[in-house]
Amino acid sequence: MKLRSLLVCCALMFTGAAMAKEAAPMAADVEVEKRMVAISEELRCLVCQNESLAGSHAELAQDLRREIRKMIGEGKTDKEILDFMEARYGDFVRYRPPMKPTTWLLWGGPFLLMAGGIAALIAFLRRRAREAAAPELSEEEHRRAAALLDQSNS
Amino acid sequence: MKRFLIPLAAFFVLVIFLAIGLTRDPHDVPSPLKDKPAPAFTLPQLAAGDKNFSPADMMGKVWLLNVWSSWCVSCRAEHPVLVAFANQSKLPLVGLSYKEVRGDSDIDAGKLSPDDELRLTRRRASAWLAERGNPYTTVALDVDGRVGIDYGVYGVPETYVIDKTGMIRMKHTGPITSESMKKQILPLVAELSK
Repeated sequence: MKLRSLLVCCALMFTGAAMAKEAAPMAADVEVEKRMVAISEELRCLVCQNESLAGSHAELAQDLRREIRKMIGEGKTDKEILDFMEARYGDFVRYRPPMKPTTWLLWGGPFLLMAGGIAALIAFLRRRAREAAAPELSEEEHRRAAALLDQSNS
Repeated sequence: MKRFLIPLAAFFVLVIFLAIGLTRDPHDVPSPLKDKPAPAFTLPQLAAGDKNFSPADMMGKVWLLNVWSSWCVSCRAEHPVLVAFANQSKLPLVGLSYKEVRGDSDIDAGKLSPDDELRLTRRRASAWLAERGNPYTTVALDVDGRVGIDYGVYGVPETYVIDKTGMIRMKHTGPITSESMKKQILPLVAELSK
């Protein structure tokens, strides 16, 4: 099934003809279709995992889009439809998973990395500033420099 | 020397994370249905034309629900493991025949009437089991895959372990190997059967 779906995904990527097979929405369905696309763009196709449900040609994605259309027809809200998907396929099906203990690292991780990066940058800049500000010549060196300057002036 | 230590340590941490990542299967998505009641359904059985199957029939038993299809290549690899399981275990193994006809891209199922599709589903599923042996106590026919959606099926084969109270205790995605049978499923069903 996995391999097969992958092959189907790949095959469809290269055939313009297959895209034409998708039925054009009828005028009355434009609103439903718009909502369906908006909702399915929030959802991951679990077969081709890096595609949204809206963009995937996997069979399961087609089934789920049909299911979403049906639920819209039944007057369900967007949240009810997203909850329906999440109850069956888990947080992973959402492109924006809910905040909860298991997803804290997922949401916070990039900010942690950025904070670490900024801290490292500040430490680096401070060290460089210290090194630049450090006295360049000792007293002994000053004397020698003065002596050398005297020599060349005379 | 010391200035290289921190980047080196960071590099090794990265390598360890990537190494762990390589051993994990991205297709094995944890199911939210674990420790939740198995979704109810009523579907026609393969064997008896007029009888239905429902998970409620299995209350009080530990049982396995295996989602399969004759067009599914991995199911072929898995089948001998299921047959071996059926031969040595008394636990019921229920098959869920998933989109047997419309899942096969060689057939244009849109042209078939629902009755014809059900008939063809029966014929194909029976032929497959006759050829390879039938490990199932019952096979329920999910012709349109709607029950599959309720169980969060996204890649056949998938197998659910359901306890005596009708709770899903484990979901196994992909073909069961003799190793995963021995290490994961058998210990769990032994525990649940106590």
